[in-house]
Amino acid sequence: MFETMSIETLQSYWWIIISILGSLLVFLMFVQGGQTLIYTIGKTEPERKMLVNTLGRKWEFTFTTLVTFGGAFFASFPLFYSTSFGGAYWVWMAILFPFIIQAVAYEFRSKPNNLLGHKTYEWFLIINGLLGTLLLGTAVATFFMGSSFLVNRSALTNLADPAISRWMDPAHGLEALLNWRNVALGLAVFFLSRVLGTLYFINTIDHEEIRVRCRKQLLINIVPFLVFFLTFLYAILIRPGFAVRPMQGIIYGEMNKYYHNLVQMPLVLMIFASGVVFVLLGVALPLVDMHKNGSSGFWYAGTGTFLTVFALFCMVGFNNTAYYPSVYDIQSSLTIHNSSASRYTLTIMSYVSLLVPFVVAYVWYTWKAINNKKIDEAEMDEGEHTY
Amino acid sequence: MPQHIDLSLIDWSRAQFALTAIYHWIFVPLTLGLAFIVAIMETIYVRTGDEEWKKITQFWLTLFGINFAIGVATGIILEFQFGTNWSNYSWFVGDIFGAPLAIEGIMAFFLESTFIAVMFFGWNKVSRRFHLASSWLTAVGANLSALWILVANAWMQYPVGMQFNPATSRNEMVDFWAVLFSPVAVNKFLHTVSSGYVTASVFVIGISCWFLLKGRHTSLAKRSIMVAAIFGLATSLLLAFTGDGSAYQVSQKQPMKLAAMEGLYQGKQGAGLVAWGILDPGKKQGDGKDAFLVKIEFPKLLSFLGYRNPDAFVPGVDDLMKGGFKPGFEPVNSLEKGNTFSVEEKISRGKRAVTALGAWRDAKAAKDSVKGDSAMKELRQNFPWFGYAYLNSPQSVIPNVPLTYYSFHLMVYLGLFFILLFAVVLYHSTKNTLESQRWLLWAGVIIIPFVYLASEAGWVVAEVGRQPWVIQDLMPVMAAVSKIDATSVMITFWLFAALFTVLLIAELKIMLRQIKTGPKEGGTH
Repeated sequence: MFETMSIETLQSYWWIIISILGSLLVFLMFVQGGQTLIYTIGKTEPERKMLVNTLGRKWEFTFTTLVTFGGAFFASFPLFYSTSFGGAYWVWMAILFPFIIQAVAYEFRSKPNNLLGHKTYEWFLIINGLLGTLLLGTAVATFFMGSSFLVNRSALTNLADPAISRWMDPAHGLEALLNWRNVALGLAVFFLSRVLGTLYFINTIDHEEIRVRCRKQLLINIVPFLVFFLTFLYAILIRPGFAVRPMQGIIYGEMNKYYHNLVQMPLVLMIFASGVVFVLLGVALPLVDMHKNGSSGFWYAGTGTFLTVFALFCMVGFNNTAYYPSVYDIQSSLTIHNSSASRYTLTIMSYVSLLVPFVVAYVWYTWKAINNKKIDEAEMDEGEHTY
Repeated sequence: MPQHIDLSLIDWSRAQFALTAIYHWIFVPLTLGLAFIVAIMETIYVRTGDEEWKKITQFWLTLFGINFAIGVATGIILEFQFGTNWSNYSWFVGDIFGAPLAIEGIMAFFLESTFIAVMFFGWNKVSRRFHLASSWLTAVGANLSALWILVANAWMQYPVGMQFNPATSRNEMVDFWAVLFSPVAVNKFLHTVSSGYVTASVFVIGISCWFLLKGRHTSLAKRSIMVAAIFGLATSLLLAFTGDGSAYQVSQKQPMKLAAMEGLYQGKQGAGLVAWGILDPGKKQGDGKDAFLVKIEFPKLLSFLGYRNPDAFVPGVDDLMKGGFKPGFEPVNSLEKGNTFSVEEKISRGKRAVTALGAWRDAKAAKDSVKGDSAMKELRQNFPWFGYAYLNSPQSVIPNVPLTYYSFHLMVYLGLFFILLFAVVLYHSTKNTLESQRWLLWAGVIIIPFVYLASEAGWVVAEVGRQPWVIQDLMPVMAAVSKIDATSVMITFWLFAALFTVLLIAELKIMLRQIKTGPKEGGTH
């Protein structure tokens, strides 16, 4: 099946897979957003316990998606993996550290004799929620704004200095934080994750005070999300983007490139627009108390998030666009064609990708099995496993 | 020329990888084995309906969860570190190496993380059978993830199924099945996972022995010991068998590692296996002195085990440096069939390959196909030694011999001892005489740290023994490292060291408290 595809088709197929994983990851960051709200929404210890436990049943999905996103990017576009991870060293390390402390926080939090005390582990969750979303959003914004690196495949023949990719900014990735446009997307992801977190609490916890506070937080967080997201969107649509001449593979600056991409790919524009509508609908449902007290708002906003992020990935990867641009040497910019794995590897990996629907199916099935009843205070005391 | 590469950067990058891998490996073996032991216990519960078995299952599941969390925490950095610290490597072989990592995520991590949630939260939410299936699927997921990462590691030790593409300056996969089913990968996978099964068995026996010594939870302890002793005995035999298989592969594909494992400097026919020996710390390669201060050997055993022939010639470090001997196996590179090359010759050939790559790229830019073809021919002929070009000196192909030697012997001694331990424990367990054997119960408790030592020692043999290669013969560490400053890596090294140490102490404290509390009040079930 995949053997007959051209390498260009396989590259596009794999960009779609990467986009799906990236979009799922942003949606699943409701866990991170929720983590930053455990003190704001949970006023008593039993309330906090419910919040932590409802997130604790899902945190591994976000974590696993992040790891799979990294692995899939490595397999399909290895030049991105080596250039970005090896170059923007500090920003990736700053993203990874919060995930390390998150992984122990749930399990260790309520265990006796846990060395650091339960508050420390709760702060681990808050740090993970804050830095994980803010920095990942900032890092993804560089896909549009560019970074400072050089790729030279001939370097391998220089025995004294054979590094093919090298980062040209001594801050090794942290410089991305100095560009307000990058930070705008980082903050947008942060506030979006909090919106999704509150919707998830409404979806899974049966507790009147928590629901009231969630609705308040929904309003508090949706406004800055919209401000930062629209600011970022405006910033990328009006500025030059990084376009590719497909035959020669030459990269050049094109005014309003990302705007052109939206217009020239109407399907992407439709996905983007419907994504935004779904997010707003998801937020509106609990506010007007419709549809099972707004419980399903989480799924609407989640779907909307997935669609919007997916459209952003399409905007930056397709229509002859360099998805990881270099502002130091524009010809070093990465495109889905010059950074991909070989045709053979993409073909093999495409067969592996057929497993994804099965994975989604059993994840969905077990999600329903575990969440078939809302969490309440009584369940926390029943002697089941709790965090 | 090559000495311009920042050596402290390489050392810090290696140290960071070693540190994070060693920490990760403290937790992974227990996960691999305990997942199966818990699934077996739950199967007995479901089949017999005996609530005592449910309690036993849940007690070990609590310990499994604590260990699993920190295993996940220490694991994430390993995957991303290939990119952050070894970026040149990631491009040079990413076309082959990336695939198993991605498959690991899609096939194994999701299986593991989805069904582990059912294991912990599903007792009152899903049917008994579905819960049991989830426990088995978690165990399968954990072991599948081991499969893919070990396939990737095996490929680095024995690169197969690929071809170098000068246009992209990287190796590209041409045969996925050769990568997956390489004999090194098969042995490495089975040997490594069985070491995990043995670790978990020793862990369960040790804690149960402690309960018996204290006279607490005796029914739980005896039943747990029975399961762990049977599982441990079967898997320790598999461990020994695949250990032999792994060493047999090493003697074919990485003879320098084998020489280091045995402290063998001057090769000989009918070489003996060192049963016990102390290396001379002053020994230098090529000084002609005896490498050992004292040693006892099993005659001809190394030749027999390594070459399946008691009279075969086993090359030592000196022979591998000088070359000029007829290899006992079909060599990896057919040009060495009758007569192996010296390291100097390999360096010279490596440099010819690198020069030819430059010439090919120049010819391509100038659209000169004649020069291009001739450069390509030269490159293909010498590519098997490509990585030698980057070496600082011929001596840099010698790994740390004492560390490899002592680690190897420690691992083997302990591995053999565990077989004996399982057999004796099983004997007394079936005779129901365990409680009267206080010495055995104490031995069971005391041995727990040693199983971790043996397991880590195994990885030291595998990874220190293959230095300086990240990919055998094709890329040494100095050509693989990311272009960052050594200070950055030094800072992250200490951050990881501090963080992982704190988390390890927390884990141990939690684990010990849960064990002390025991099954009834223990954990949060």
